[in-house]
Amino acid sequence: MPQQNEVLENTVLAEKVNRYRIFAPEIASHRKAGQFVIIRMDENGERIPLTIADGDAKTGVLTLVVQSVGKSTARMTRLKPGERLLDVVGPLGSPTHIDRFGTVVVIGGGIGIAPAHPIAQALRAAGNKVISILGARTKSLLIMEEDMRRVSDEVVVCTDDGSYGKHGLVTDVLKELIAAQGKPDLVFAIGPVIMMKFVVKLTKEQQIPTLVSLNPIMVDGTGMCGGCRVSVGGETKFACVEGPEFDGLKVDFEELMKRQAFYREQEREAMERFEHECQIGLRV
Amino acid sequence: MSDKLDQNEIERLKGLSNKDRYQIPRQTMPEQDPHERRKNFREVPHGLPPMTAVLEANRCIRCKKPGCVQGCPVGIDIPGFVGLVAAGDFLGGIRKMKETNMLPAICGRVCPQEEQCEKVCVTGKKGKPVAIGRLERFVADWEREQGKMETPLVGKPSGKSVGVVGCGPAGLTVAIDLRRAGHAVTIYEALHAPGGVLMYGIPEFRLPKKIVAAEVDVVSRMGVEIRYDYVVGKLETVDDLLKKHDAIFLGTGAGLPWFMGIPGENLCGVYSANEYLTRSNLMRAYDFPNCDTPIARSKRVAVVGGGNVAMDSARTAVRLGAEEVYLVYRRSETEMPARIEEIHHAKEEGIIFKILHNPVRYIGDDKGRVKQVECVRMELGEPDASGRRRPIVVKGSEFLIDVDTVVVAIGNGPNPLVPRTTRGLDVDPKKGTVMTDLNTMRTSKKGVFAGGDIAIGAATVILAMGHGRKAARSINHYLETGVWDIKYLPGEEPKTEQPEAKGQ
Ligand SMILES: Cc1cc2nc3c(=O)[nH]c(=O)nc-3n(C[C@H](O)[C@H](O)[C@H](O)COP(=O)(O)OP(=O)(O)OC[C@H]3O[C@@H](n4cnc5c(N)ncnc54)[C@H](O)[C@@H]3O)c2cc1C
Ligand code: SF4
Ligand code: FES
Repeated sequence: MPQQNEVLENTVLAEKVNRYRIFAPEIASHRKAGQFVIIRMDENGERIPLTIADGDAKTGVLTLVVQSVGKSTARMTRLKPGERLLDVVGPLGSPTHIDRFGTVVVIGGGIGIAPAHPIAQALRAAGNKVISILGARTKSLLIMEEDMRRVSDEVVVCTDDGSYGKHGLVTDVLKELIAAQGKPDLVFAIGPVIMMKFVVKLTKEQQIPTLVSLNPIMVDGTGMCGGCRVSVGGETKFACVEGPEFDGLKVDFEELMKRQAFYREQEREAMERFEHECQIGLRV
Repeated sequence: MSDKLDQNEIERLKGLSNKDRYQIPRQTMPEQDPHERRKNFREVPHGLPPMTAVLEANRCIRCKKPGCVQGCPVGIDIPGFVGLVAAGDFLGGIRKMKETNMLPAICGRVCPQEEQCEKVCVTGKKGKPVAIGRLERFVADWEREQGKMETPLVGKPSGKSVGVVGCGPAGLTVAIDLRRAGHAVTIYEALHAPGGVLMYGIPEFRLPKKIVAAEVDVVSRMGVEIRYDYVVGKLETVDDLLKKHDAIFLGTGAGLPWFMGIPGENLCGVYSANEYLTRSNLMRAYDFPNCDTPIARSKRVAVVGGGNVAMDSARTAVRLGAEEVYLVYRRSETEMPARIEEIHHAKEEGIIFKILHNPVRYIGDDKGRVKQVECVRMELGEPDASGRRRPIVVKGSEFLIDVDTVVVAIGNGPNPLVPRTTRGLDVDPKKGTVMTDLNTMRTSKKGVFAGGDIAIGAATVILAMGHGRKAARSINHYLETGVWDIKYLPGEEPKTEQPEAKGQ
């Protein structure tokens, strides 16, 4: 039997995007769509929140899909099967409210497709018609298309540069969809904040209920620090316990983007130092 | 004074009369120089040298009816352990201490002795009280530095098992006492480290983490299983745990940070004290980039509040390199809830006290980062419900302070995660505390006990430990008899019937 928190697999899905399979049986069997974990690589590591892409109660395997954006996630890409993460905490956050809404458009942008997958799956299982819109900057960055096809009634892919699928943004596709098939009962958007912001701009005009999944900076993930606070409808919420999903029409995306950028300078420094250490062979 | 024990001196001290003892001045602990310590996270006081401890212990006159013991929330036999220190028997002293208090190195450092045992010590009536806290710290440090911390005896297996939620002082204490009674104990802790506030909140310079680790290590050696990264209410609920254990103790603390709800509180650079301290202590952000967790690199910091948490935050900011640190507090210094020692240390370290001030809004720059705090001046009016004079805004007194970081340290409420996910657990609707009968530490849910900050709101380490001890007695009684509905533990009935004590 594998050890607790053992990395069973580390596969590159696209440039800077890896899929990790981790042995964490308790979390794998308790997790629900929409929840996340916090991991820590080693003693000096930071606590990194990561959305759960999949969890298998039978095998005890937890799947995470992670984009390498800074030092911590860059270090993750070097994990080899058999190595262990020091900490995996979860499942955290409130699960997605799954109901029979009717027609649901699930929008996954970039890495956001991974957490969109279990949500689409659960929505479909609850009897909804699921139309998925998958967006990526370019073809080589698109992930999990096949997986999404298996859990959706319809899938539309688009790329910013037109290298694959439709040429355009997820909002363009959503507009066309509405024009062709009428308004869906619910839109679910997960991806970069800027994408969610523009999706909401559109759905607000059209008055379509929209849920978004937010990823503010976090520390504990249990409601203890308030670092993850977001403004929703003028109220402060702790995203780690009251979210990460919120009514998109009420979210203050500007504030979220600013808060996410707060440590950018330190993150850049840490990354530069890490790359330097890799070059001069301090890290292998 | 030398590190060696001077037996002749010990003999001489033995012969002193009470009158002579009153003449000995209260001994002080040497401390790191304020200028020096502004730049490091090392502990501030160095502790008493052995012969200084012996001398201090000889100030105690061994009262027949010692007030100090009454003043101690866990009833440590103070004259007993102090007497052993006075005789140079440090091993005896620590053993006596540990009959009632298993975490003395921690309590000796963070307990508000000036409000408890030392407040009622008779020598304090004429001069200064015996430095009980310093002696407590001394015996604990002495034992640890000898490198042989004793593991208390574990009772013979009872066949029962108890689940403890939260690894703070309340949870640790209950776990120790339950192991002594022979029950199997598992602690479920949400974070990746033990100690609760001792580890994530109270800074290194006041309570070194290796000391917390050493005291927790004893708990593990007693055979208590600690499951880290285990968020009860998310992974499994209390109801699930009740299927695995015969009883559950909730010691989840008061970890929910309050904000004031004023404009600009979500600007970047505005932290809760919990976040600020957790980044610095638990995640060791002061060692960035060797440690991965970042923290603001501040020049000018405003800390809002007047308690220990505020002092800890302000003193942390200084050590992280801030040039100016303001402590903004809406009442006057006499009302500050922080320990006098901490206020004194904070002032020595150059923290600028803005007492009778209150923030009304934060102003940000175009990147959404805080750049100014608008404050008003306050004056004191009539006493309020807490008995302290109510602060009132002085009209037209608004002014701005330039800051790049704000730490909000106005208090914490109980974390609602466990209460919300447990069926049949009554919660105080106003305070969010778990309703707990303080005579028995029992909650409204059969088999579930609670203590520490989750039961009474943010309080102290020693009260949490006192609750833990009482809860262990109550759990033992429950596991032996199966009887849930009792008002008092056997032998603890009051002499005259009192109104039932509820979570106050
Ligand atoms: C910065 C600061 C300074 C302080 N200074 C002093 C001082 O000098 N002297 C003093 O006496 N007191 C001080 N206090 C107060 C004191 O620390 C607390 O009263 C005491 O720690 C309470 O103990 P506790 O065991 O009830 O809870 P805590 O110490 O809060 O421990 C609770 C534990 O439960 C865990 N937990 C919470 N929810 C869950 C869950 N759902 N599942 C699993 N685990 C969970 C938490 O992670 C935590 O480890 C200070 C507090 C702070 C914040
Ligand atoms: S009250 Fe003071 S003098 Fe009396 S026993 Fe206690 S510590 Fe000693
Ligand atoms: S991450 Fe700390 S409260 Fe949400």
